[in-house]
Amino acid sequence: MLDALIPAFLRPESASVQAAKVDAIFIGLLLISSAIVLLVVGLVVTFAIRFRRGSSAKRGEMPSLVSREFEIGWTAATLFIFLFIFWWAASIEIGAFSAPKDAIEIHVVGKQWMWKTQGPSGTREINELHVPVGAPVRLLLTSQDVIHSFYVPAFRLKRDALPYQQTETWFQATKTGTYHLLCTEYCGTDHSRMLGRVIVMEPQDYAQWLTKQPERDGLAELGERLFSERGCSGCHNAGSKVHAPSLAGIWGQSVPLEGGRTATVDEAYIRDSILQPQRDVVAGYEPIMPSYEGKLSDGEIQALTAYIRHGTDRFDLIGSLNLAPAQNICAPGETTQESAPNQSLRSPAMVPGAPASGDTPP
Amino acid sequence: MSGASSDASTLANPRELDLGLPVSYLAEGHSVRSWLFTTDHKRIAILYALSITFFFFIGGAAATLVRLELFTPQGDVVGADTYNKLFSLHGIVMVWFFLIPSIPTTMGNFLLPLMIGARDLAFPKLNLISWYLNLAGGLLTLAAVLAGGIDTGWTFYVPYSTVFSNTFVTLAVLGVFVSGFSTIATGVNFIATVHYLRAPGMTWFRLPLFVWSMYTTSLIFVLATPVLALTLILVIAERTFGLPIFDPARGGDPILFQHLFWFYSHPAVYIMILPAMGVISEVITCYARRRIFGYSFMVYALVAIAVIGFFTWGHHMFTSGMSPFAALVFSFLSFIVAVPSAIKVFNWTATLYRGQIGFESPMLYALGFLGLFTMGGLTGLFLASVPIDVHVQDTYFVVAHFHYIMVGASVSAYFAGLHFWWPKVTGRMYPESWARFAALLMFFGFNLTFFPQFIAGYLGMPRRYYSYPPEFQVWNVLSSSGAAVLAVAYLMPLGYLTWSLFYGSRALNDPWNASGLEWRTTSPPPRQNFFGNPQVLAPPYDYHPEATPPGDEPRIAEEGALT
Repeated sequence: MLDALIPAFLRPESASVQAAKVDAIFIGLLLISSAIVLLVVGLVVTFAIRFRRGSSAKRGEMPSLVSREFEIGWTAATLFIFLFIFWWAASIEIGAFSAPKDAIEIHVVGKQWMWKTQGPSGTREINELHVPVGAPVRLLLTSQDVIHSFYVPAFRLKRDALPYQQTETWFQATKTGTYHLLCTEYCGTDHSRMLGRVIVMEPQDYAQWLTKQPERDGLAELGERLFSERGCSGCHNAGSKVHAPSLAGIWGQSVPLEGGRTATVDEAYIRDSILQPQRDVVAGYEPIMPSYEGKLSDGEIQALTAYIRHGTDRFDLIGSLNLAPAQNICAPGETTQESAPNQSLRSPAMVPGAPASGDTPP
Repeated sequence: MSGASSDASTLANPRELDLGLPVSYLAEGHSVRSWLFTTDHKRIAILYALSITFFFFIGGAAATLVRLELFTPQGDVVGADTYNKLFSLHGIVMVWFFLIPSIPTTMGNFLLPLMIGARDLAFPKLNLISWYLNLAGGLLTLAAVLAGGIDTGWTFYVPYSTVFSNTFVTLAVLGVFVSGFSTIATGVNFIATVHYLRAPGMTWFRLPLFVWSMYTTSLIFVLATPVLALTLILVIAERTFGLPIFDPARGGDPILFQHLFWFYSHPAVYIMILPAMGVISEVITCYARRRIFGYSFMVYALVAIAVIGFFTWGHHMFTSGMSPFAALVFSFLSFIVAVPSAIKVFNWTATLYRGQIGFESPMLYALGFLGLFTMGGLTGLFLASVPIDVHVQDTYFVVAHFHYIMVGASVSAYFAGLHFWWPKVTGRMYPESWARFAALLMFFGFNLTFFPQFIAGYLGMPRRYYSYPPEFQVWNVLSSSGAAVLAVAYLMPLGYLTWSLFYGSRALNDPWNASGLEWRTTSPPPRQNFFGNPQVLAPPYDYHPEATPPGDEPRIAEEGALT
């Protein structure tokens, strides 16, 4: 009811449980502050007019006792008002600190200059986050490079995403709709383009949306881990010294093979290429890949296939998503083992000489 | 001429033109050398005034381009990288090469010895060195700009500044590092001066509030600046020599940097506002012809702000993931530090009560300060409340808040002081109607620029964005229009004050009938400041004697202030 005091165009969209509480205390503070401003400005203007030079208003010394009482009076009054505001704000903060136990857990990774989110069943999004209305959502944030800050004005929600550390916060949306997601910690060139959307849906729409998402079973994550554990990445990653074709974005593409044939990249082709790599060699490459026959189970091949299908270039975050923060922080001095992969995680845009637009989301 | 100067017991008559008295400090040598190697606190103040004015207009030019870019939601005037360098330049130059040195090194340098009846600061050569350090720091930072700029923002947050930025961070940081020694030297100098060089009778509780504000500011200079120096050295060490300190990829902690940085930079806000409070106390009492209301409370408030200000730095980091209980402690302390500021506002207001208020330009600036400081202070309470801060942190709400304090209040006070003491410093009067017009224009221009930013910020517009969602455009158009007005208002004093140096009428020794010791000498003062040995017999602000009938022409008790 209090927010009726503020005209609609001055009110930011309010779409979470937290937003209503923040607005209440904001309006309360606004009223107190306006009263103080009116008091000070009113007194200054009144005195300035009444006691202007040459006016006939009565002047004289005030008894020092009165001065002293005034002084103590308004010191105490200000202290009381300020402590009251503190108590009010603090009580909201304490009450809203911990997320409810049944909250949906969402991992958020900031990266120059995009947001990656991963839902409870492995749904991955870039610069978007779908959540159901009315359900508490717990965000676990981290960053891959510099400090970012996850800000949804309509939820009055902000939390910094720190590299190699995990922070958390939570919200509960109260209104369906699409809301701004902004980065509010300065993070370099395209800081102001690190934008996204939070889409709040009715629970049934959300359920339906979930079913349409690919790779809900964590298969691709397993695939990514295998990809590096079994040495695939040693040759197939960009920047590898061994001359092997990159697998980024090849799913569904048609690739030229030795001898003028072509092949479409699908499950069968990937499986063949892992088990009988000499059979269909991509044109322009040496047949140097060993067979993985008997070294990979069917499940593992499936996982690798899922990973390639999802796009190897979109999956460079699994490690930082799934590991607890403590495991992720390396002790000083231990840099030789750990820092090399970490360095490569950094956005290519920040490598001197690399084009800045490479990572800019559309 | 020599007769008056040799007679050591003669004091300048406050109503007298400076004819037949020893030459002023301005006339003691006209060579460049006599300026660049001077140890006269008044000449060093002028050197500082020239350098900070230069930096003020550099920072202002960057701000103009920033506001021009934000006129439309698209990035169309400059590119993203250029924009990032512009706001970084604006912040770094304005904070370290204008705001922090502004009042202390110009008015503080000039007036501190005069106000306490001293011949110079305690360490005149150190004073000169601190100007060279400040200038060297500023030029290093400018060199970084000319080399290609720095894009980290004035806060140099890691790991962006140490690992990711491809700009000239080290050079700029080195500039700030060097200038830090300048502020430390100034602080040591002021503290020693106030302790040891007060005239007979100038007891601690007879010090003008401006001197108290310089003293408390100097304490912060000396205690906080070394922390900044340490932090910046660590940034340079990590960036240049690859020492793993803050980089989390190598076991460092970026939050540690924020704690260290704000441990300096929050008290630094009080470095910017305490001197302003001192200036306002002098100006308001003079034009209200009234003793300051609650002198001792004003002193305690200055000390309390300086001390408590050291324990509130964490409120810059509520969203960085600090423990919620730590956040509440910092929130509590931030509310507590607001109490002495509120006391000061009430006391200035009460000083007007039963005064003889005149509206000369310094008073207009001072009254503007009262309003803007109140606004800035109260919005600080919003930011001290954790839930609201979570929403508006790093939005334009914060930008508006600190500009109300650091520009609205501090720069208004700087101009109030500049106009108030201009006749004393230069011996010339400025055109009063131009000055009044500039004061009013500055107030309206300022509010038009920064008030819309509170709204944009509450609606969710983040800071440091060079393109922004189109719904924020109306607030940015208002703000940019205000900035144009503000730019004109800031350029005006540059014009008419320069004009007054050549064509202004000669100033009386005490053109405002003010009570301070600095007015008991010629305008401008001679090298030795005073002709006799000043002695202080009365408390400051001896404006309105007891039981004066209404309408009485207010006069200072001449024999009460000095013998």
